Amino acid sequence: MSGGVPLLAMQGMTKSFPGVRALRGVDLALAKGEVLALLGENGAGKSTLMRILGGAHPADSGTVEMEGRAVDLATPQASRQAGVAVIYQEFNLVPGLNAVENIFLGREVTRAGWVRRGKEREEARALFKRLGVELDVDLPCREFTTAQQQLVEIAKALALQARLLVMDEPSAALTSYEVERLFGIIRDLRAQGIGIIYISHRLEEIFRIADRVAILRDGVKVGERPIAGITRPEMIEMMVGRELKDEFPQRRTVPGPVRLEVSGLRRGRAVQDVSFSIRSGEILALAGLVGAGRTETARLLFGADAKEAGEIRLDGRTLVIDSPRAAIACGLGLLPEDRKQQGLVLQHSVRDNFALPNLDRLAPRGLVRRGAEREEFGAYVEQLRIRLPHQEERAAHLSGGNQQKVVLAKWLARRCEVLIFDEPTRGIDAGAKFEIYLLMNELAAQGKAILMISSELPEVIGMADRVLVMHEGRVTGEIAEARRATPEQIMQLAFA
Amino acid sequence: MKSILQKAAANYGMIGVLLLLCVYFSAMTYTDQSPAGAAGAKQVAAELARLGGAPQVLLVSSDQPEDLEFVTSLAKELPASGSRVVAAARGEPQVAREALQKLAAAGTRLDAIACTQTAGAWLLFADLAVDFPELGSPRLITPRSYRWPNFLKAENLLNIANQIAVIAIMAIGMTLVIVTGGIDLSVGSLLALSAVLAARFIRDEAGGVAASPMGMILACLGAVGACGLVGAFSGWMITRFRIPPFIVTLAMMLVGSGCAFILADGQSIYQLPDSFIWLGRGVCFGGVPNAVVLMFLLYGLAHLVMSRMKAGRYLYAVGGNSEAARLSGVPLTRVLMGAYIVSALLAGLGGVIMASQLKSGSATYGNMYELYVIAAVVVGGTSLSGGEGKMSGTLVGAFTIAVIQNGMNLRNVESYTQKVVLGLVILGAVLFDKMRHRA
Repeated sequence: MSGGVPLLAMQGMTKSFPGVRALRGVDLALAKGEVLALLGENGAGKSTLMRILGGAHPADSGTVEMEGRAVDLATPQASRQAGVAVIYQEFNLVPGLNAVENIFLGREVTRAGWVRRGKEREEARALFKRLGVELDVDLPCREFTTAQQQLVEIAKALALQARLLVMDEPSAALTSYEVERLFGIIRDLRAQGIGIIYISHRLEEIFRIADRVAILRDGVKVGERPIAGITRPEMIEMMVGRELKDEFPQRRTVPGPVRLEVSGLRRGRAVQDVSFSIRSGEILALAGLVGAGRTETARLLFGADAKEAGEIRLDGRTLVIDSPRAAIACGLGLLPEDRKQQGLVLQHSVRDNFALPNLDRLAPRGLVRRGAEREEFGAYVEQLRIRLPHQEERAAHLSGGNQQKVVLAKWLARRCEVLIFDEPTRGIDAGAKFEIYLLMNELAAQGKAILMISSELPEVIGMADRVLVMHEGRVTGEIAEARRATPEQIMQLAFA
Repeated sequence: MKSILQKAAANYGMIGVLLLLCVYFSAMTYTDQSPAGAAGAKQVAAELARLGGAPQVLLVSSDQPEDLEFVTSLAKELPASGSRVVAAARGEPQVAREALQKLAAAGTRLDAIACTQTAGAWLLFADLAVDFPELGSPRLITPRSYRWPNFLKAENLLNIANQIAVIAIMAIGMTLVIVTGGIDLSVGSLLALSAVLAARFIRDEAGGVAASPMGMILACLGAVGACGLVGAFSGWMITRFRIPPFIVTLAMMLVGSGCAFILADGQSIYQLPDSFIWLGRGVCFGGVPNAVVLMFLLYGLAHLVMSRMKAGRYLYAVGGNSEAARLSGVPLTRVLMGAYIVSALLAGLGGVIMASQLKSGSATYGNMYELYVIAAVVVGGTSLSGGEGKMSGTLVGAFTIAVIQNGMNLRNVESYTQKVVLGLVILGAVLFDKMRHRA
């Protein structure tokens, strides 16, 4: 940054959510006409920072100045007024309205209550000209490609006279040709003096487009360098740079014969030709960035989404899995990524939740054997040390750790042979985490095959026997001995 | 203390409201009741027995059927209690005057005049001692009137149950559908379709007025089954093509109603045997209408299914969180199909009951019933967002609506005003439910 008043100056930004300190005193500055890349692992605080800028979450403390003047970004409107435009990964466009209507949504150009469509259209055309693109402004937005919708978002930002543009993973859904065009536009905007914060997981892009890099880890800014002064391994080290503590229980299971074999699993762009096998007593970790296709792979395996191709075998037998019900009948169990949305019926009692996949057994002739149900759940409550006031407690009222234990109890009672843990410890306190790890080890010791998806590298290294790394729907590498892996090694593969 | 109150409100809130309504309408309809017929006779006989001796009695009544029953019962009772009937006068006051004159002329001693309440108020008896001193001083004995709410009379209560039976039965199916997070707007039309189909089957296939019981049963099963097919079609559109239930059942509401009119040729079909009214108007033990018995049986069964059976658990789970339910192995398609099929079958059953009550089938039946049915479910505390609700709540909801309508009828409230009140009550019930959930 060379002299003068910076375009944006954030100081001491902090933000906490229940149980998580997402940002802990982050400073960030940006000059006019500068592209700053924001880097960090999943959950490092990038999104929180972006939402603060967009006025979606007000910060707990910290000051924000735009061109030397303090601004209060309490609401999206305030943020827009301050000259900040945020383009989220999920676009904020009304699908049924055309480009012009979307650009002027909420601030229509009117005369005596009538929208001046001609004038709006003219202005929209001028904006697209400034971006150097041709676009049929009369088409409803739902008919645009992702890249075109992104252009409408950028045009909307320009129409609002934004001086700071924040883009979250703008290249994630674009083809390489479209990415080139986006870079061209970004360079033009930079030349017009607009500051840009560019969030991306693709390191090669950052080297091409950014002037400067800021790296976040666990809510703290751990480094900030001009792009010329940093190498790719350095970036990864800064992002990961966490010590492995003694937070994982010891395990001495020797994996036995192969139990689960998956080959050629495929669905669209999300999962492309994924194959792997898991042995008896083995924990296989699927690592990678958010959106790499790990959860999608698990859902295909479990029959939650329909696979386009692929074969699944358990103990040598080919399984026909076309629904979760079929997968469960075959002996699979899934602890989904999002417990609240996918794992539990929150407003129902924990016991009803527990019984749901087990009703075939607990209600053999349609009538639920309530005594057996109560007794069996009671046994698991004791075994898993689930803390409950009573069995009729609503699932919504439990802490994350206890909720996860209830989900686990569902599958333990079914005596599943293959268990899929998708982010098993997300949002769970340290004590409950350790208990879940112990249970995973115990299940492995019983000879089950376990697939674990985790975005936490220490967890991957500490728990898994073997690691499979995915990137953009493909398996990009395998680390045979997880214990000897380093976070850097995994991240290298994840960024492929 | 507060939490106990809250819990009570949460679990028994609507029952409380229903009881309050009953108390209110009881108070508002608290009036003089005069026992008539056999009941009145019994009372008068007891009174005469208390006079002692062997009283000589004159019986007086008008010639209305109920009064005649009073007199005949009394004539049967009296000899047993030692009284002696010296004369009986039936008809106008003039007849009674003549009887009195005859007795006076004969110099008969008269100890008592037993008569109905209306007759007891005749001017003729006002000054007996002056007009007929020869008779001695006969006492005028009438059944004593007592005060009791019209609302709480047994026949009125049974009437309420009978009036709501059809809607309450359909509300069972609607509860299943709403618990899964859906809605079924087609039930009113299916009721009409079923009524018309059943009537047509009986007229055209089972021999019309001369139809045999077996023929009628088959015709009704056919009509109900046809509705089941419509329900299966709705369920298929909803599960296979993911069309919102509101739209699918709205379409089937129009289709069903249209078909009913086409099949009925725009007329009402009344060529039905007299025995056809057994289901709708027949009574069994103690005068309880058959339709009401059927309703309670179905509610008992539905309650069992919802609270104790696997099927019920699945319904709640699908409505509470369909994704979590699916990932737990709940067969989503089968559960939803089942709910819409049962809802349609019960609407069909409602149609058969209504055809039986009115002894004819017409396409105009069930107009707007879907809304009353939904209202019963919602007033009963079932959340339209799914996953929650009880069968017992729906029954209470249906009775709340019935009691309000009946109470207003007893108070002679105009039907337009009734609609306004009913609408506000539904709104109030849902508001109450919201507040309850926030607590």
